[in-house]
Amino acid sequence: MIRILRNFSKRILRSLFGRKENIKLGFYGPPNAGKTSLANRICKDWTGEEIGVVSKVPHETRHVQFKEKVEIKYKGKILEFKIVDTPGIATKIDYEDFLGFGLKKKEAKKRAKEATQGIIESIQWLDDMDAVVVVLDAAENPYSQVNITIIGNLIARKIPVLVVANKIDLKKADVKKFESTFPEYEVVGISAKEGTNMDEFYEALFKLAKEV
Amino acid sequence: MKDKKQKGLSLQVIPYAEVQNLTIAERVKRILNLILDNKIVILQGRLRPEEEARLIEDTMAMVDHIKNFKGIELAIIEPHMKDKDFLTQMKYGIAKKLVGDASALTVIGPASIVKEIKKDPKKIDLMLRK
Repeated sequence: MIRILRNFSKRILRSLFGRKENIKLGFYGPPNAGKTSLANRICKDWTGEEIGVVSKVPHETRHVQFKEKVEIKYKGKILEFKIVDTPGIATKIDYEDFLGFGLKKKEAKKRAKEATQGIIESIQWLDDMDAVVVVLDAAENPYSQVNITIIGNLIARKIPVLVVANKIDLKKADVKKFESTFPEYEVVGISAKEGTNMDEFYEALFKLAKEV
Repeated sequence: MKDKKQKGLSLQVIPYAEVQNLTIAERVKRILNLILDNKIVILQGRLRPEEEARLIEDTMAMVDHIKNFKGIELAIIEPHMKDKDFLTQMKYGIAKKLVGDASALTVIGPASIVKEIKKDPKKIDLMLRK
């Protein structure tokens, strides 16, 4: 409750004095949607360095990771962000799922344990965000309850949201389905891996920053 | 908790009135106790977003500490108001404010029993483990 009030008052002060420096931009979503791939692309584009490691094995990101002072330029404007990449949120973790990716039992169990703690960490960080990019897999079902829960929590906390349907390079990707599922939000279809539609993404990001 | 050989399936219905006055922690605890008992919970009404987040947090803490507990599957079905006329939408909105969102249904099952809940706006498919 205190965090929500603190966040709210910070937002009021920002709107009064027009300061938009170091906007805390969170990347949230289910595991393997491409949060780190997108955060990496942004960080690489504007700082030359990546933020974290990506992998086909789910729950590769198991701790919140940051990149401070990422200056993004778009159409003559400059905004400074603190990029916050978070572990994917899920309702279940089974170490046996990792065995299929070639991990040994001990490694898989360790990964599962860290993943559960990562999910708790992600949720606890929600209140600290100024704006959030919800990264979803465009080839998956948008009605997944985790997606609805994440967006519902952002609305409840009055945190501006941008929905990204990632992996549009995949044949099964269907951005329109995401647009009809989340009609209240701007949905941008991108491929973080291939860098497709990043201009559209940056345009939407600058619009999102106006709401902060 | 048994994983593969299920002999029966137990559904537990929780009426809205039963959880209406509970705190977030009490409501989540009530649900998770039933889940640990291998029951599929059908809750009349929906959890608030912060309750869903708390449910996930507490579930993860339990996955970490309870042997063979793998988590939950969760889905919410809500009545579709978008295609209804303005007056119906308004009545629904007022009722929701006054007595809470009792018209929705929340389905929560242990991940060891419920493999997946496939959800689209109008139906829910519960895919069970063999």
